[in-house]
Amino acid sequence: MNKKEYRHIEETLFHEKLNNGLDVFLLPRPQMSKTYAIFSTNYGSIDRTFVPIGETEEITVPDGIAHFLEHKLFEKKDRDVFADFGKQGASANAYTSFTKTAYLFSATSNIEENVKTLLDFVQDPYFSEQSVEKEKGIIGQEIKMYDDQPDWQSFMGTLKSLFKETPVNIDIAGTVESISEITKDDLYTCYNTFYHPENMTFFIAGNFDPTRMISLIKENQDRKEFAKLEEIKRNYPSEPNEVAEKEFKLKMPVSVAKCTVGIKESFNELAGDAFVKRDLLQDMIITFYFSKSGQFYEQLYQENMIDSSFYFETNLDKNFGYSIIGGNTDDPNQFAEKIKELLLSTNSHVITKEDFERMKRKKIGQLLRSMNSLENIASKFIHYNTVTADYFELIPTIQSLTVEEANKFLKEWVDESRLGVCKILSE
Amino acid sequence: METIKEEIKNYQGLNIHFVPNDKFKTVHLVVKFRTPLSRETITKRALLPYVLQQGPNKYPSRKDLQIALDNLYGAVLSIDGGKKGDSHILSFRLEVANEKFIPNESNIIKKAIDLMYEVIFHPNVEGDRFRELIFNREKETLRQKIKSIVDDKMKYANMRLIDEMCEGEAYQTHVSGYEEDLEKLTTKELYQYYQKMLEKDQIDVYVLGDIDVTEMEPIISSYFKRDDYQENDNNAFRDNKFSKKDVKEVVEKQSVQQAKLHIGYRTNIQYQDLNYAALQVFNGILGGFPSSKLFINVREKNSLAYYASSRLESHKGLLLVFSGIAPKDYQKARDIMEEQMIAMKNGNITEDELKETKDLIVNSLLETLDHPQGIIEMLYQQVIADTQLSPDELIKNVKNVTLEEVVEVGKSIEEDTVYLLTNEGGAANE
Repeated sequence: MNKKEYRHIEETLFHEKLNNGLDVFLLPRPQMSKTYAIFSTNYGSIDRTFVPIGETEEITVPDGIAHFLEHKLFEKKDRDVFADFGKQGASANAYTSFTKTAYLFSATSNIEENVKTLLDFVQDPYFSEQSVEKEKGIIGQEIKMYDDQPDWQSFMGTLKSLFKETPVNIDIAGTVESISEITKDDLYTCYNTFYHPENMTFFIAGNFDPTRMISLIKENQDRKEFAKLEEIKRNYPSEPNEVAEKEFKLKMPVSVAKCTVGIKESFNELAGDAFVKRDLLQDMIITFYFSKSGQFYEQLYQENMIDSSFYFETNLDKNFGYSIIGGNTDDPNQFAEKIKELLLSTNSHVITKEDFERMKRKKIGQLLRSMNSLENIASKFIHYNTVTADYFELIPTIQSLTVEEANKFLKEWVDESRLGVCKILSE
Repeated sequence: METIKEEIKNYQGLNIHFVPNDKFKTVHLVVKFRTPLSRETITKRALLPYVLQQGPNKYPSRKDLQIALDNLYGAVLSIDGGKKGDSHILSFRLEVANEKFIPNESNIIKKAIDLMYEVIFHPNVEGDRFRELIFNREKETLRQKIKSIVDDKMKYANMRLIDEMCEGEAYQTHVSGYEEDLEKLTTKELYQYYQKMLEKDQIDVYVLGDIDVTEMEPIISSYFKRDDYQENDNNAFRDNKFSKKDVKEVVEKQSVQQAKLHIGYRTNIQYQDLNYAALQVFNGILGGFPSSKLFINVREKNSLAYYASSRLESHKGLLLVFSGIAPKDYQKARDIMEEQMIAMKNGNITEDELKETKDLIVNSLLETLDHPQGIIEMLYQQVIADTQLSPDELIKNVKNVTLEEVVEVGKSIEEDTVYLLTNEGGAANE
């Protein structure tokens, strides 16, 4: 087991890659009462075309299958795994994103029992035709619930306007039609390919002894057998620079219209240093302009174009990235034009040294704040680890960023061809 | 081992609580102002957070204030108001990165305290009033907020249950204030009231984080002090008005898809009482968790609702039961909900239920102690209840609760009001 100390944040991380390929990370935090563990696979809704394990031909599976699989893994032949965790004093959960599926628990007692339960239930699938059919109704209701949520529709609509080929333009849960095609055999195909330990990470943080914990995990894993896995061949379509559609419109029963402007930030595979720098600058710059200290926020506020629903978000993942700026508005056309105009004006801006120093400080403080939460540490660590970057080294990287790098980034940040708009209009 | 350390210093006119703790990478400064709840002051106290968050005199706009916060390594400031029992508490909260994690910085915490001091004691005023422009815009923000309460049906139903249940009592007061009072309020009156609040309210300052108390104490005490403060008698915070009556039933109609059935009980037990831990366990078995009687019987066995639960208003002695149901199921749902209370009172509780519930309560108390704001709120309960009950004692008390004690507290619980929000044609027994 390797031990790595991060003195600047007073954290010690233990790591071991097990014989079966599983990456295990342990972060002891003995001051905490609770322990949080997450078992995550590098498999999400965008992994729809791939070569299944032990085969040679590429297949495309129905949309929404990664999320469907997540639901079904909790159900065993004779019981529901949620109840097992409940009896052991833990609260369990799971989620599926574009690129990950993760299973997790938090507890203040019976930690070892709960760790075994987590490892065992994820590695012991039980899918039957009957339970697959039953689930279609439940997930169908979940999809319909999202259909009624204007904020989610506005988010997905923006991604649909930005991305032409990358499957982030498809809902994570799929559609009622696409999930109707899912079979028990499809689930096993995806499971066997993507839930191989080689493709998974286990991260545990909190109040436990790392030596005892790693031997428990090893012993658990050594008892199980897995087929040999060569590299998984996933096929991600290539994505053009420009947006798919300049504007995406949707009518819904909303009392006030919603408008978002999206920036297509990235459409190629990124990793390591290149990923981290883009990730940091993208976030620091949009925050610089649109947070409450920003000149764009101030201008929008003074011109009465925004209210408390105004927001912005930004995200960078291994092969795609986007930023979204939006809110409720009486005049979506005017809102979209104004945001676009502000964004386009940044090409000729120059960030001063003083401003950049403040941007760095804000980002460093935000990272330290986020490290108060074990949940956040675990999911962020895995996110960065997947793109061969280290979450715990972000602060030194921020400190080393220069204003020249920021200005170089800013010059190319926005281009009209990479801006998309989504409007949710009342019926 | 002591889970949470707290050192309290009583200075002239205010209490400073130091909570040294190495769980977190940030330092938290919270200043709480407490006064008896009343209709006369509530609208002003609801508006103050909005106005003050637009920046003090030294940083006279939202942007200037935010730039100052950004410079302090992205410090986060928030101001909020809430009621606990018959008290209203206005809290100023500041979270700042601990300078020990930032090379070449040794002044961040002191600067943060200074900023907090400016926000509280030197607001942005012109003469004897808050600036008209800011006052008017924020008045509008609060008006929107008051208006939108009715859009959140669960919140609205809670508010209406308390309206009906606590009619004539201080606890009935709406924390967001009243539109008609807001209409009449002037910026001069608001500023006058704020001055009075600074002078008269009970003030508690919390400093939490990986800090050295001996180093921090002189800094904090140089900023937060007041002269000529007359200590309030704690009884001033208690409103003992309450008349016993028959169970009150209220049905209200709106165009809703789902009906809300909320039932209020008087527990006659408060946070400082010896049998409070037993009441917590009682509530846990009845409706605190997904394994509780309400959830199992209303949702799992009879599929009447997506949610069915209960919670305590610890400082007022109330137990509130909630559920969202189909309008036609009102009588059936009410019967099942009331049956669960009767089952509890009759001692229809297994040892397994008792043990699992106690474990779950302890688990959730311990998880609360992993959050900085959670720790401060838990410690502040003692101030509100005017008692000494550390988190460790609270946990110990829950662990020691017996089945007999749970049944015993059931005897003092009385049904008070049944409130139903439903659609036209939805009230079955009207």
